[in-house]
Amino acid sequence: MRAHYGYEDGSGRYYITIDTDRCNGCAECVRLCPAAVLEMVEDDPLEPAAVAAVTAAQRNRLREACAPCKASGQGALPCVAACAPDAITHSF
Amino acid sequence: MAEARPEFWRWQERRWRDDTVDPRAGGILSAGVDVGSVSSQAVVMVDGRLYAWSSRRTGGSSPDSAREAMAWALEGSDLRVEDLHFVVGTGYGRVNVPFAHKTITEIHCHARGANFMYGSKVRTILDMGGQDCKAIRCDERGKVVAFQMNDKCAAGTGRGMEVFADLLQVPIDQVGPMSLEVDEEPPPVSSTCVVFAKSEAAGLLRRGWPKERVLAAYCGAMAQRVFALLSRVGVEREFAITGGIAKNPGVVKRIERALGFEAVTGAVDSQIAGALGGALFGHALEQKGRGQR
Repeated sequence: MRAHYGYEDGSGRYYITIDTDRCNGCAECVRLCPAAVLEMVEDDPLEPAAVAAVTAAQRNRLREACAPCKASGQGALPCVAACAPDAITHSF
Repeated sequence: MAEARPEFWRWQERRWRDDTVDPRAGGILSAGVDVGSVSSQAVVMVDGRLYAWSSRRTGGSSPDSAREAMAWALEGSDLRVEDLHFVVGTGYGRVNVPFAHKTITEIHCHARGANFMYGSKVRTILDMGGQDCKAIRCDERGKVVAFQMNDKCAAGTGRGMEVFADLLQVPIDQVGPMSLEVDEEPPPVSSTCVVFAKSEAAGLLRRGWPKERVLAAYCGAMAQRVFALLSRVGVEREFAITGGIAKNPGVVKRIERALGFEAVTGAVDSQIAGALGGALFGHALEQKGRGQR
């Protein structure tokens, strides 16, 4: 499943995308995200496997939560760099 | 004594039951409870067949809203909540359904529900709820392959529609039909926040715009915003809309115009899609559990 979490700020519309078929459930992204945006959830209710997702609490405030990393301009974001199977991408 | 002010926003709470289905015949009794920000639904299924459902306004407390929706769905039947084999909680308040055996996100539940309601050919679902809107792509079994959500608040949702019904003093079920009475489409309301959209609409009314034109501008803005939401996941037919806004032809027709084709319609109330999906998952999970026991 490709999960696109979108948000809009003054400069445009952006997406954090998690490809749950690639996610291996290691939870490194959860550990390394400085804004606690991510959590592990069950993917398919019938064949449960833990995958990364944006928390319900942060979904409506990604604009603020992701802004510091987006603005840092230091190459890969912590969540993206942490992901060995390249499941996390962003459209910044 | 002051006369009660008419509540234009108030949509009709509904319930339904199929008495040709016998819940005591020994089949699996599953249920889904969808506690949304605006409405709460409960669906009860007997062996995967739709038996009873209810849809009512969400109150201040999620557990109470869940209990009330379920009690209303079961009212008049001889079933009690304790009789249900597997209950799934979903929606915004899903973690607060006290009698649920499991919680499942509304994304999975809406896809599964739409697959049951509109058939296995549905590939794209737009869930237009009380407080947010999601675009979902699924396969022929109703399994989610992609979804897209945005950080929008009440604009473009059921709650925004309630606010507009009240502002223009038009009963909510007439907002859509009335918005289609314009000869020419006005430019859409530009604000993305419902508070600003409301003041923008008040300005249009002061300028002498008739109600149907203001409603057309609002429904048009909602359709435009939702259309943008489909940009990332794309649209593959069949296309279905779930949630309360699916009942508003003013928004649905404008989305269809933008897409260039029509949304599929079904015999089941669009608002129960999430709870129905929950009940279907409940059925499958109970079946699976029994196979393992």
